[in-house]
Amino acid sequence: MKKGILYLNQFFGQIGGEDKADFAPIIKEGLVGAGMLLNNLLDDAEITHTLICGDNFMGSNEEEAVEKLLGYLEDKEFDIFFAGPAFQAGRYGNACGVICKAVKEKFNVPVITSMHKENPGVDMFKKDIYIFKGGDSAAKMRNDMTKVAEFGNKLLKGEENKGADAEGYYTRGIRLEVFREDEKLASERVMDMLLKKINDEPFVSELPIPALDRVPIAPAIKLDGAKIALITSGGIVPVDNPDKIQSSSATRWGRYSIKGLERLGNRSDNAFKTIHAGYDPAAADADPNIVLPLDALRAYEKEGKIGSIHDYYYATVGTGTAEGEAKRMALEIIEYLKQDKVDAVILTSC
Amino acid sequence: MVKEIEKAGITVVQMANLIPIAITVGANRMVPTISIPYPLGDPLTPKAEQWKLRYHRVGVALDALATDIDDQTVFEV
Repeated sequence: MKKGILYLNQFFGQIGGEDKADFAPIIKEGLVGAGMLLNNLLDDAEITHTLICGDNFMGSNEEEAVEKLLGYLEDKEFDIFFAGPAFQAGRYGNACGVICKAVKEKFNVPVITSMHKENPGVDMFKKDIYIFKGGDSAAKMRNDMTKVAEFGNKLLKGEENKGADAEGYYTRGIRLEVFREDEKLASERVMDMLLKKINDEPFVSELPIPALDRVPIAPAIKLDGAKIALITSGGIVPVDNPDKIQSSSATRWGRYSIKGLERLGNRSDNAFKTIHAGYDPAAADADPNIVLPLDALRAYEKEGKIGSIHDYYYATVGTGTAEGEAKRMALEIIEYLKQDKVDAVILTSC
Repeated sequence: MVKEIEKAGITVVQMANLIPIAITVGANRMVPTISIPYPLGDPLTPKAEQWKLRYHRVGVALDALATDIDDQTVFEV
């Protein structure tokens, strides 16, 4: 019987929700939560241990987290390593990627995880590890875990890996020399493609060039006299959340006056709070300036380092937010920035 | 969001804890913060210390806006 180990975050590891996101790494013998599902799906292998770490702990103390987790594994025997699935959770995706990559480098065993295509962890780690194409929420757990387990079974049995598209993981950009079943030579294939291209027919390149979506760097500004705007994806809103911005997967944003305000009042002042569901709100509710640093920016305005602060700040929630929605909201906000001739923006994320 | 703002020709700096994500997504000017739930002030430290940290990092962000760069840059704090 082969042995596997599974990594889960604090939520799926049944430690707790966002309030436990700072949870330091532990190892548990046996199965936790979705580990049972994975264990049942494996043919000739069992999950012997579960690693659990809070997403924020991993995000903020990566080196320490990885060192501890690898330390736990040092005296364990295992043939394969799993993490997640992370669905569309960005911090969890980052954590799964970080630990899978580290485990692969140190112990040289296959590592497998699963993420939704909009999880930033995909682009960060797809070249290093097997990341299966997963669903956007935990409702897809069974489906995603099944794909991961089936591929794990395959690797453990030493069966042939048929490549990213056939297996269902994100392409790693690795070229593997194979004998094609159709025995068509490259010269024939490239001529076929060329003819199709000339005839405006669809064809599939064998060497896709990854599209890096980069934007030209905006020029430096002169701070002297500049008007600076504050934007946050950390969900800081007036306490009654007048625009009903969603706590995750937001499609709405708000524009709130800070004219004449020295700093943001807090929740108990009945002023501002956070509605972001992706982190523990205690600190931001107690002092929203730690997310939207109006007080510090006012100080620089007073000192004359900058000209002025734009009279409004803009807020949405950046957890689970689809890229397309983020883009649209940005375009809507930009209209206001241009109207008021804002020179530059400080955008804070949580 | 950062990319659209920059595309519109407005200089922007992103203050974030998960800098690797900001880099992957394509922010150009970045300043690290200290954590996800409290990016600019650890509530377990005295108010004065939180203020010092926040004032310092916002200052770095402003200087980042005033700095010409050739490539994605994470500004040191």
